[in-house]
Amino acid sequence: MTAAMNHLLVAPVLLPLATAALMLLLGEGRRHLKAVANVLSTALGLAIAVSLLVGVAQREAPAAFGVYLPGNWPVPFGIVLVADRLSALMAVLTGCVGLASLLYALARWQHAGVYFHVLFQLQLMGLYGAFLTADLFNLFVFFEVLLAASYGLLLHGGGGERVRAGLHYIAINLVASLLFLIGVAVLYGVTGTLNMADIAQKLPAVPASDRGLLHAGAAILAIAFLAKAGLWPLNFWLPPAYAAASAPAAAVFAILTKVGVYAVLRLWTLCFPAGAGASAGFGGDVLVWGGLTTLAFGSIGMLASQQLARLAGYSVIASSGTLIAAIGFDAPALGGGALFYLASSTLAGCALFLLVELLERVRQVEVGPPQLDDGNDALPAFLDAEPPAGTNLDDNEEALIGRAIPAALAFLGVAFTVCALVTAGLPPLSGFVAKLAMLSALLEQRTPAAWTLFGLLIVSGLFGTIALMRVGMRHFWTAQDRPAPRLRVIETLPIAGLLAASMALVLQADAGLAYSRAAADSLHAPRLYIDAVMGARPVARSSGAAP
Amino acid sequence: MEVVISIAIGVMASAGVWLVLRPRTFQVLIGLTLLSYAVNLFIFSVGSLAIGREPIVRVGVAADLVNYSDPLPQSLVLTAIVIGFATTALFLVVLLALRGLSGGDHVDGQEERP
Repeated sequence: MTAAMNHLLVAPVLLPLATAALMLLLGEGRRHLKAVANVLSTALGLAIAVSLLVGVAQREAPAAFGVYLPGNWPVPFGIVLVADRLSALMAVLTGCVGLASLLYALARWQHAGVYFHVLFQLQLMGLYGAFLTADLFNLFVFFEVLLAASYGLLLHGGGGERVRAGLHYIAINLVASLLFLIGVAVLYGVTGTLNMADIAQKLPAVPASDRGLLHAGAAILAIAFLAKAGLWPLNFWLPPAYAAASAPAAAVFAILTKVGVYAVLRLWTLCFPAGAGASAGFGGDVLVWGGLTTLAFGSIGMLASQQLARLAGYSVIASSGTLIAAIGFDAPALGGGALFYLASSTLAGCALFLLVELLERVRQVEVGPPQLDDGNDALPAFLDAEPPAGTNLDDNEEALIGRAIPAALAFLGVAFTVCALVTAGLPPLSGFVAKLAMLSALLEQRTPAAWTLFGLLIVSGLFGTIALMRVGMRHFWTAQDRPAPRLRVIETLPIAGLLAASMALVLQADAGLAYSRAAADSLHAPRLYIDAVMGARPVARSSGAAP
Repeated sequence: MEVVISIAIGVMASAGVWLVLRPRTFQVLIGLTLLSYAVNLFIFSVGSLAIGREPIVRVGVAADLVNYSDPLPQSLVLTAIVIGFATTALFLVVLLALRGLSGGDHVDGQEERP
């Protein structure tokens, strides 16, 4: 990559950090300014992530790594940031989810707390950092940054339900972080390094007497990641916490579980590939069967949920289970389909969490006081569909007294249907393409676990369809003569955008699958990653510069 | 010395685990604190325990682990302490908020049915 391109690698971390610091200096007022700064910074972050993705995708597989040394220290000692296809994909997803949640929050939720914008930027910083770093302890630090911000975002809006769910969420994550630390310490004790590539390089040479310790450390580390990814039986905290969170926070959380999945995928393929000697494929069976159990648990949970918010939480669990099981097979073809599924399910999950609140608002309209201008049975007026520019950011406008979009219910219905199709994996949308890619790759595996995943993928699709269809009927068909809910344009925009991105994944499915397949191929050839990281050299100080 | 440190870590970790599993929020808080102490000591001990060795290189003494203690676990502990302290403080705030909202100190916000 060129030098400017290389420096771009650190921008996704620095930009939110600088924005958050500046917003803290602004104090508690100046909401307009903060909102504008937040939107600009988030959009810029997305643009940077997209340019990273384009930069990585343009290069042929062996050289498709951007390596950046933030402290300009030689490689095994300093922190390293690495963008490969997987990291760039995750960064773009972070940007999409972040921008959508933020636009949605501009309508109402940004007013519910003073430090919403600051926390939001720090959350993005933690996410970008976790996806880009190539240092194990640095990964821990970014995990803590994103978790600390997520504690604040989960509690955003207050209320007993949120505080109770937040207490459980914080306790679980603190314990998981402690396990993370133990795992990192053991790995450091065995290998003497914290650089992921260096660890992977030194693993085959670990003496047999230390191998038990190494496996124990790796397993403890994996527990920490899998608890965040929502693997059964470490996921009972997830549905209540996600259901209690405010809509934009829950939408951001749709990618938090993917951080755990990402960490497992990155470290497991790097450290325990088929060529890792005595440790080859360590724990693969646990990932496969754990993922299968999680997928079954999530599907049954979707079927059993009465609230739409909990159903969305269980759909996140089901997608985590699918991904972890697919990772555990250690097959590039399956991994390619799984990464496509990751992109599709993250976008759909985010849209679903945003839709949950709007659909609940429909029900609130039903039981609320009758509208004053509802005396006649005329359809809502279509004349003032275009709100004047600038109304969306109006600070003084009361909550829920937004401008009613005519045909709001129609929009909600279409959006919900699209969301349900993607989540359940029905044709013709991106969820189907992803599942088809995984199913066709599974046909070549011919093991009992592969057939189980094959069956579970289809059954989970059926369960998801039934559960979502039931919710759809309850919200859209059973009640007649219901006044149209009041939505703001700014609330519908992010949902439409996310679903459009999901549509784009179908229209460009060929390119998308080629990209995810290349990402999986490079993950399964860890030598390339190790060489790219270990081959990075610090920038030489020019002779004229001051010492 | 290894035995003393490992017993200390073990006692703190087991007490911490027991307290984290208790139903009272304050006990959970103390349990998390004890657990983080245990983990910090553990990270510290990973860098091989030694008395009287410095982590900073001096002129004329070869820079290896025979002459010096490993500085990296010490810096890791420092980071872990800061982060653990901050998140535990946040937990304390949420604990107080839950107490104010529910009027009790049960972790679920209400007492169990007998």
